[in-house]
Amino acid sequence: MEENVMIDLSGIVKRFYIGKPNELEILHGIDLKVRAGEFVSIVGASGSGKTTLMNIIGILDRPTEGNYLLDGVDICKAKDSELSRIRNKKIGFVFQTYNLISRTSALKNVELPMLYAKVERKERISRAKELLKLVGMEERMSHNPDELSGGQKQRVAIARSVANNPSIILADEPTGALDSKTGRKIMDLFHKLNEEQGKTIVLITHSEELAAQTDRIITIKDGYITGEKNGKEGEEYADR
Amino acid sequence: MLIVENILLALTGLRSNKMRTLLTMLGIIIGIASVISIMTVGNSLNTSIVTSMQEMGAKNLTVGVKQKSNSGESNANGMNFGAGFRRSISPEDYITDEMIDELKKSYGEQIQTISFSESAGDGTAQSGSAYANVTISGVNQGYVETNEQTILAGRNLLQIDQEKGKNVAVVSDKLVESIFGENYKEAVGNTVDVKIDNKYITYTIIGVYQYTSEDFDSSSDEDITTEIYIPYETAKKQNHSEEGYTQFTIVTTTDTDNETFMQEVKTFLNHYYSNNESCEISVTSMEEMLTTMTDMLSTISIAISIIAGISLLVGGIGVMNIMLVSITERTREIGTRKALGATNGSIRLQFIVESIVICVIGGMLGILLGIGIGSVASDMLGYSAAPSVAGILFSVGFSAFIGVFFGYYPANKAAKLNPIDALRYE
Repeated sequence: MEENVMIDLSGIVKRFYIGKPNELEILHGIDLKVRAGEFVSIVGASGSGKTTLMNIIGILDRPTEGNYLLDGVDICKAKDSELSRIRNKKIGFVFQTYNLISRTSALKNVELPMLYAKVERKERISRAKELLKLVGMEERMSHNPDELSGGQKQRVAIARSVANNPSIILADEPTGALDSKTGRKIMDLFHKLNEEQGKTIVLITHSEELAAQTDRIITIKDGYITGEKNGKEGEEYADR
Repeated sequence: MLIVENILLALTGLRSNKMRTLLTMLGIIIGIASVISIMTVGNSLNTSIVTSMQEMGAKNLTVGVKQKSNSGESNANGMNFGAGFRRSISPEDYITDEMIDELKKSYGEQIQTISFSESAGDGTAQSGSAYANVTISGVNQGYVETNEQTILAGRNLLQIDQEKGKNVAVVSDKLVESIFGENYKEAVGNTVDVKIDNKYITYTIIGVYQYTSEDFDSSSDEDITTEIYIPYETAKKQNHSEEGYTQFTIVTTTDTDNETFMQEVKTFLNHYYSNNESCEISVTSMEEMLTTMTDMLSTISIAISIIAGISLLVGGIGVMNIMLVSITERTREIGTRKALGATNGSIRLQFIVESIVICVIGGMLGILLGIGIGSVASDMLGYSAAPSVAGILFSVGFSAFIGVFFGYYPANKAAKLNPIDALRYE
């Protein structure tokens, strides 16, 4: 075992409609290790299985076969309530569609994961304010999501993802709905979190350009990992 | 902590969708309002009956002669006012003065006074074209003392009127208004002709009393029938009746236990009737009747409330329906919350709290509306409104229960959503 492995997937298989005539195997045995503090991108075309993989990494879904150790915890054996707790404390999600709660303010949105972690109100508010400041949204804290632009929403979502100081950030096409300039600013935020706070970041994207900014690029195609290269240097170091 | 947050969250959510919230609440509002207004009216009715019966003398025992029933035990709660029996009870069965004197002697401590009245018929008091409906009652001095009337002019009957059997009468202000006009004093000393069974009897008016309407008297003001009080002896003379009474009332002293005293009086007087094959003494108390009546009333109002409660059920189903719609609409939100670490329990709690908030706010509005309607209705019926505190507390509790009951299924459905499906939901 390598040291400091944050995400350890081995032989992950995911099938849907099990036992039915339309049974479908999306992932055919994925092995993947992500070290703590790494900035990894998973690249693949639409329908390649990258979202399914992301759901499994984010423990929103359980694999049909295989083993998953997240920061040393065996996910396959954990109960649902425990998975909720792990998602809450260890994983921060950033979605393409932001998924902010529409009826409440930016501040309340950032408070939400802390609410589920039973952090006290005072502390919750001060931390949420601090985080919104970090992403440059301190002036729009009381605005509801529908009063914010796409880039601003994604900043709020990023602030929310790190609310409970998780070790992993899972970002699913975070810049997919943004123009390239705003997208770059969002990517800068991820780099900042990775470099300054040592967050492990898994970025799911179909953009080669964005992937090139990360430490390691994993290519997925038809449910198999087909390539792995060192991103920043652009040097290929593995081929399967 | 989470509950407070959830209540605030529910309130913001409901505020952002005012129209829908109001319509959803409407079912609960109507349900609670109808239960509360019925209970308020029932309560007011009850209170006013109790008050008026107490005015009539809840401490009174009514003693009467009645026919022995073949079935043996008679119905103690029956209203044996004797009218139906009078013809079949012959004068030798009457209660005599000696019996009453003996009773007074034996139970002096318990008996405050004995009053009896004798009906001298119904008729019309006439003067020219003006007339008024009257019931003539011959009353003794005990009756006059215990049924205190407000005398507006002149005087009440006195012992001397009783002894002499004079043709004097105390009449109501209503009668005076119909026949003599507004000035009561002028009426005193005048005579009034009363037509009973095609015979005219002339009485001298010695006093005018203030008529108080009985709450369950529904006749209109114009053809109202009021009582004319005449001395008992006078009534007896008029009726050509023999010595004796068919019925009298014992007013007991305040510290008498009426229930046991009733039995004692019954046993005491029935000694005189031990050889009488057809008649016996029956004793009924106003207190007993009062209990029966209020019991009956509360049973009725509870029964109606239960029927009104059915509308609450319908309201609850409305809440459930909207909760289901709201959950479908917010599927993505639920998915997001789960991704952020919400457990099934906290999602369930969120939606149950929302449903309870709808129901409790609706319930409170319903209570206000119900008290309003109930007060107006009681007012129109002429009683003072008395909202039922128990009913209000019960309604709040019950609406919260509806919130939980009809909120549970949708909330549980939300809690069990698969986070991936929920996140992917468009």
